[in-house]
Amino acid sequence: MTDYNIHVWRQAATDKPGYMERHRVTEISDDMSFLEMLDVLNESLQVAGKEPIAFDHDCREGICGACSLVINGQAHGPETTTTCQLHMRSIQGTDIYIEPWRAAAFPVLKDCVVDRRSFDRIIQAGGFVSVNTGNAPDANANAIVKEDAETAFDSAACIGCGACVAACKNASAMLFVSAKVSHLAHLPQGNSERKERVTSMIETMDEEGFGSCTNYGECEAACPKSISTENIGVLNREFVRAKVGSTT
Amino acid sequence: MKLDANIPNGPIKDLWSIHKKSLKLVNPANKRKFKVIIVGAGLAGASAAATLGEMGYQVECFCFQDSPRRAHSIAAQGGINAAKNYPGDGDSIHRLFYDTVKGGDFRSREANVHRLAEVSNEIIDHCVAQGVPFARDYGGLLANRSFGGAQVSRTFYARGQTGQQLLIGAYQALSRQIAAGTVTMHTRTEMLDVVTQDNIARGIVTRNLVNGQIESHSGDAVVLGTGGYANVFYLSTNAVGCNVTAAYRAFKKGAGFANPCYTQIHPTCIPVSGDHQSKLTLMSESLRNDGRVWVPKTADDKRAAGEIPEDERDYYLERKYPSFGNLAPRDIASRSAKEVCDEGRGVGATGLGVYLDFRDAIARLGKDAISARYGNLFDMYQRITAENPYEVPMRIYPAPHYTMGGLWVDYNLMSTIEGLFVIGEANFSDHGANRLGASALMQGLADGYFVLPQTLSNYFGQMGATPTRVEVNADCFIDSEKNCNEHVQRLLNIDGSRTPDSFHRELGRIMWEHCGMTRTAEGLTEAIRKIPELREEFWDSVKVAGSSQTLNMALEKAGRVADFLEFGELMCRDALARGESAGGHFRAEHQTSEGEALRNDQDFCHSAVWEHVGDNEIPTRHQEELSFEAVELATRSYK
Repeated sequence: MTDYNIHVWRQAATDKPGYMERHRVTEISDDMSFLEMLDVLNESLQVAGKEPIAFDHDCREGICGACSLVINGQAHGPETTTTCQLHMRSIQGTDIYIEPWRAAAFPVLKDCVVDRRSFDRIIQAGGFVSVNTGNAPDANANAIVKEDAETAFDSAACIGCGACVAACKNASAMLFVSAKVSHLAHLPQGNSERKERVTSMIETMDEEGFGSCTNYGECEAACPKSISTENIGVLNREFVRAKVGSTT
Repeated sequence: MKLDANIPNGPIKDLWSIHKKSLKLVNPANKRKFKVIIVGAGLAGASAAATLGEMGYQVECFCFQDSPRRAHSIAAQGGINAAKNYPGDGDSIHRLFYDTVKGGDFRSREANVHRLAEVSNEIIDHCVAQGVPFARDYGGLLANRSFGGAQVSRTFYARGQTGQQLLIGAYQALSRQIAAGTVTMHTRTEMLDVVTQDNIARGIVTRNLVNGQIESHSGDAVVLGTGGYANVFYLSTNAVGCNVTAAYRAFKKGAGFANPCYTQIHPTCIPVSGDHQSKLTLMSESLRNDGRVWVPKTADDKRAAGEIPEDERDYYLERKYPSFGNLAPRDIASRSAKEVCDEGRGVGATGLGVYLDFRDAIARLGKDAISARYGNLFDMYQRITAENPYEVPMRIYPAPHYTMGGLWVDYNLMSTIEGLFVIGEANFSDHGANRLGASALMQGLADGYFVLPQTLSNYFGQMGATPTRVEVNADCFIDSEKNCNEHVQRLLNIDGSRTPDSFHRELGRIMWEHCGMTRTAEGLTEAIRKIPELREEFWDSVKVAGSSQTLNMALEKAGRVADFLEFGELMCRDALARGESAGGHFRAEHQTSEGEALRNDQDFCHSAVWEHVGDNEIPTRHQEELSFEAVELATRSYK
């Protein structure tokens, strides 16, 4: 059992100023998840008549991508996992600093909750295969080389949490965009739209106010699903191919 | 309450084709005049929204999450069934149909289940065309694996993240329609009421979770794809936000609620570690393909797993069910785990756990092969428990996972409110008293991609060229908005001393104890007495901090808990009224001498459908009789 000093970002609304607030939580077990520790704090705040700290979370098993806290300066904290899968046994020291994702394209809605709809708009710009329900050929009509399917899967594992943006000093969304482009570029189903897809998604990424990539690799280090920066290489190749019109 | 299932006449294998031929169509130019409201953006909601958008309808889609990519369908690990018979092991549409009816302990509607098996193959075709990266063999063709309750390999999978990949596929299709302007997406928006006029669904009232605005939305049909209610137990494998609010408020507006007592307790979850626990984590059932379930033969054996010799271990599923072994259906596996723990043979600090052991599989196939199959699950287990499952057996225990009960729907997926359709886990139709593994994803997508778009078009087709929509300034909307506003203000004004979560926890304990894996008349009666007391205390002393005009997660929670506090009682009443054991509903008074579930087909071969008749009044129980023509009503055996 450990006691902690919690320093947490509070902000009433997007247009209100934010500040760090200090709280004390006591008798926290090592087996608790990080969010369960915050639940304990929120219960005590509510009993005292104060507003609980707002933070996004849902599945609490590391797959929905809702949770999004910067913990002691690291997106999702010290482990390669989501905030919800982080356990107190992994936390060093007794002072914990908790902040929201910080990026112009992810405005704070309240406390540690940010608006990530910019990610949705990037997918809407082309992160799909244009096939209507009912038009598909038999699923085994086309064999796909197992290695390509596996590579596509590695990219498709992205959960859209935004840690890559939060970790990047430029708040770049290149890892997120590249994961989707790479997923679909490795499959024959995504082939016919690949030029339009990459062009449109990059254009939307820029319009949304995400920064440029300067190859620091913080995104990969923060990614709870270990999405590789190799995807960014694929994205760049796809982009060049779309722009110069190569067919290979 | 009229319960006409509207099943067409004909041989079962042709019913869906016959029905599709007779459905009314809407001319392409008229489609854009019709507006559909879809609540929920999981597999069912997102696939329906995308498909109806493609067809040319105006779609408004709502979800409480920050993005339609987050619904809890995403957490399904194991796979999705289809009757493709790619492995050539004798599978067929009929066999999938039969297994599902049998798995559901003969408490589902034959015609719906057959349709589900029929469209299962189209789902796989469509998802592959979308770019869903299913597992493949070295030849590049799709791979299959086996799952509980079946003796063929018919489960398609994408590592341990099948639900995620299917949901992302539906989300991408939905995104395409949002870009095309056919679908308007409302995120961080919660439905508070279904608006009806003369028992016809006219729209919904929502609360914007960011600024607190209560708003009306009118449409020509309302579709609920709002998931299940397993969070009535507080601890479950569901996402923390999953709730019964939309379904329950539809019930209060006149939609019949069918078989609420049919809940699935999943056998392979990580055991509870302490009072702080906020949710339970599922370990995919696919682990039972290679893991062997056991406990020590003698009670109170405190030795470490590795120190217990082979002949002092009880592989109880293999012993009791030799032909299905560790792949016995979920309800049977869960109850067996509870039995051995009740005998004092449970493992782990709490004694509420059994081993799932990969020692033999690792010896046979090598650690790398096991890692390739289940690596992400093993990592997750280790992260949560700090134990390495490659070296010591996993500890697992059953946990609430899925709910087969839901809003009653007819063959067209329409509820007892005209124009209110219900899809996915939120409806009751296909799984009977127990759902087989890898069938939830199948049903959600069957409803959303292939069934609802057809039957909803038929509903619109009957209206003629122009819909008769009621606008949001009509009395029915104004009254509903007023009630929703009052409900919210009432929660805020109590200003008591207990948090919404503390009530939810207490309700969960009552439900788990009295309406969990084993139920008795005595226990259920006790729960029916306790829940209204807890509800009264809630409305007397709940504390909700903050205001209604901002993002207020305590207020959201309080509204959901208020509904669970009423719904829990309905579940217990249903469980008490069903004087038999069937699938996930096990009444201790009704078992065979060997402790197996004992159905009573004479008195209970029906779906129970509950009708709301007024606040604080006991709802009325109706029955839809089930008849079995294509399969023989038999005692389920997995021995």
